[in-house]
Amino acid sequence: MTTYIHPSPSAADAAVERPTAAPATGAPAPGAASAPAPRRPRQGLIHGLLTNPKAMVGAAILLVFIALALLAPVLFPGDPSRITDMASLEPSAEHWLGTTAKGQDVMALTIHGARSSLLVGLTVGFASTLVGILVGLASAYFGKFIDEALSLVTNVFLLLPGLPLLVILAAFLPPGLGTVILVLIVTGWAGSARVLRSQALSIRSKDFVAAAVVSGERAGRIMFREILPNMASIVMGTLLACVIYGIGAQAGLEFLGLGDVSTVSWGNNLFWAGNEGALLTGSWWVFVPSGLCIALVAFALALINYAVDEVTNPRLRKIKAAKPAAVVGTTARRSTASEGNTAK
Amino acid sequence: MRFILRRLGFYLIAFWVSITLNFLLPRFMPGDPVSRMFARSAGQMQPEQIEALRKLLGVDSRPIWEQYADYLHNIVTGNMGVSITRFPTPVTEVIASQIGWTLLLGGTALVIAAVVGNLLGILAAWRRGGAIDSALPPLLVFVGSFPYFWLAMGALYLFGVILGWSPLRHAFSDGLEPAFTWEFISDAGAHLVLPALTIVLVSIGGWMLGMRNTMIATNAEDYITMAEAKGLKPGRIMFRYAARNAMLPSVTSFGMSLGFVVGGALLTEVVFAYPGVGYQLLNAVQGLDYPLMQGLFLTITAAVLLANFLVDIFYVRLDPRVRAS
Repeated sequence: MTTYIHPSPSAADAAVERPTAAPATGAPAPGAASAPAPRRPRQGLIHGLLTNPKAMVGAAILLVFIALALLAPVLFPGDPSRITDMASLEPSAEHWLGTTAKGQDVMALTIHGARSSLLVGLTVGFASTLVGILVGLASAYFGKFIDEALSLVTNVFLLLPGLPLLVILAAFLPPGLGTVILVLIVTGWAGSARVLRSQALSIRSKDFVAAAVVSGERAGRIMFREILPNMASIVMGTLLACVIYGIGAQAGLEFLGLGDVSTVSWGNNLFWAGNEGALLTGSWWVFVPSGLCIALVAFALALINYAVDEVTNPRLRKIKAAKPAAVVGTTARRSTASEGNTAK
Repeated sequence: MRFILRRLGFYLIAFWVSITLNFLLPRFMPGDPVSRMFARSAGQMQPEQIEALRKLLGVDSRPIWEQYADYLHNIVTGNMGVSITRFPTPVTEVIASQIGWTLLLGGTALVIAAVVGNLLGILAAWRRGGAIDSALPPLLVFVGSFPYFWLAMGALYLFGVILGWSPLRHAFSDGLEPAFTWEFISDAGAHLVLPALTIVLVSIGGWMLGMRNTMIATNAEDYITMAEAKGLKPGRIMFRYAARNAMLPSVTSFGMSLGFVVGGALLTEVVFAYPGVGYQLLNAVQGLDYPLMQGLFLTITAAVLLANFLVDIFYVRLDPRVRAS
C-alpha cells in the first residue's frame, strides 16, 4: 500500500504540480475514499447510504420528481404549451400555480418540464462521467505519453471559459435537444476526467494492480475489473456532480434562449417568463416554480453526494477527528466541475 | 524558471486551441451562418467589407491551410473584422468599450466573495462545530443549489420591482455621460450593488467550504499543536500559522475565478441588462453577429489564460517548493 507510506498529500502539494487546480482537485486524497473499499465491498456503500438520513431525504425528493415526470401525461393530459385566453391568472383552486401571459397552466408546464430537464440532466451526467472514466483510466493506466496528451487536453478544456464556449457552440450548431446534450457533454467532461484520473493514479500504484499486470491480464480487464470497482464511491460522487451540472447548465442555456425553445422544460419556462415580462408585470408565480424545482433537484443530488462522502470517509462523520488530513470532499470537487459553467 | 516556461507553453497551446476552434466552427458546422448574416445586413456594407468577412468566416475558395494561416495572421495583428450589429465599428472597439463594465462588476463581486468567504471558512474551521460551522455550510449549499440567474431574477423582482430600492437595468441612468464626476460615480455604484450582491451570494459558499476543508487539515498539523504548546495567542495561531498555510488552494482558485470574471458574469449581465462583454456576447448571438461573437470569445479566453499565468508567477513567489523543483 504505497499510499500510506507518505502521509496523504495535502491540497497544497498537489497544487505545486498543477497550480491551476481549484482547491479540491488535488485533494481527493489517495486512500481517503478507496481505503474502505477493499475491506468492505460495495455492499457497504449501499447499506451505508440506506441508513444515512441525508441520502434518504435526497433520494425521496428525487423519486418524487421522477414519479411526477413519468406521470405528467396522466396528471395533465394534452399539450401544456397550448395558448388559451385565460392569461396571467393568479394561483387559484382551478389553476394551482396560476397561468402565464399566454394562458398556459403553470402547474402543467412545471410538471411536464421535469421530463425534459431530468432526461437531459441524467443523460449529460452519465455521458460526461463515462467520458471522464475512459479518459481518467486510460491516463492513469497507460501513463507516459498517453497520460501527458490526455492531461493536456483535459486541462485545456478545464481552462476554456465554460459558459461562453457553451454559448458559442450553441450559436453555431442547429438548435435542438441533441445539440443541447452534445454541447453540455463537450463542456462538462473535463472536470470529472481530472478527478477520476488522480484517483485512478493512486490505485494504479497499488500492489494488486502490479500483480494483475505481472500475471498477464489484458489492459481492459485491469482498468475496468481491477481499478474501476475500487473507485466506485468517487465515480458515484462525480456522476452526481455531473447530473447537477447538466440540469443547471441546461437551464442556463435555455434561459438565454439558446436551447430548443419549442420544448417544455424548466429552463424554457424561465426563458418564456423573462420574455413575456413576468418580472415586470409582477407575475411571480410564473417564474418561481421552475426555479424552485431545479433547486430542489440539485439540492437532493447534493445531499446524496454528501452522504456518499460521509459513508466512505469516516473522518467526516465525527466532529472530533483525530487527524482529518483528507477532508476536502465533494463540495469542492463539485465546484471544480461546475465553476466555469454556471457562472459562479 | 523552468516551471514558468512550462506553464507559458501550456497557456499558448490552450490559446491556440481556442483560436483553432473559432476557425473551425463556422467552417464545419451544418447550416450556413454566413448567408444568414449577409441577408440581415444587406445594403449596409461595402463590397470589400463583405469580401473580408467572407474570408473571416470561411466562405472562401482557397485551400483550408491557406485560410488558416491568414486567420492566424489576422488574430495576431488584432484584426477581428467589423461588427454587424454595430456596423461599421470594428469588433475590437466594441469589445474595448464594454470590457471595463465587466471587470468592474466581476472584480468587485469576486474580491468581496473571496475575502468574506475565506474569513468565514477560517472561522468555521477554527471553531469546528460552532455556530458558523454548523449553520452556514448547509444554508450556503442550499442557496448554491438555485440556478444563479433565477436568484438574480428574484432579487431584481423583490428589490427592483416591488421595493424599488434598486435600478432595474443598465450600468448607469439614461442621459448621464460617463465621466469622473461624483454624480456619475454614485449612479454607477447604485447600479452595481444588486448584480454584485447576487454574485457574492452564490459564490461565497464555494470559497468558505474550500477554505474550511483545507483549514481543518492544516489544524491537525503538528506545528499547530506546537504553537499552542508554546502558548501563542489563538488569533495569532489562527491567522499566521494555520490560515497562512491553508491559503494556497484559495490563491489557485482566485486565479481561476479572476479569469472567469470576464466570461462568468454572463448570466448576471443578461438578467440585469448590464452592458458588459457577456451581455454583448448574447446580443451578438441573437443578432447573428459572428465576427463579434468570435472576437468576444477570444478576448474572454485570453483573459482567462492571462489571469492564470499571472497567478502562476505569483505562486512561485508564494510557495518555495515550486522554486526548488
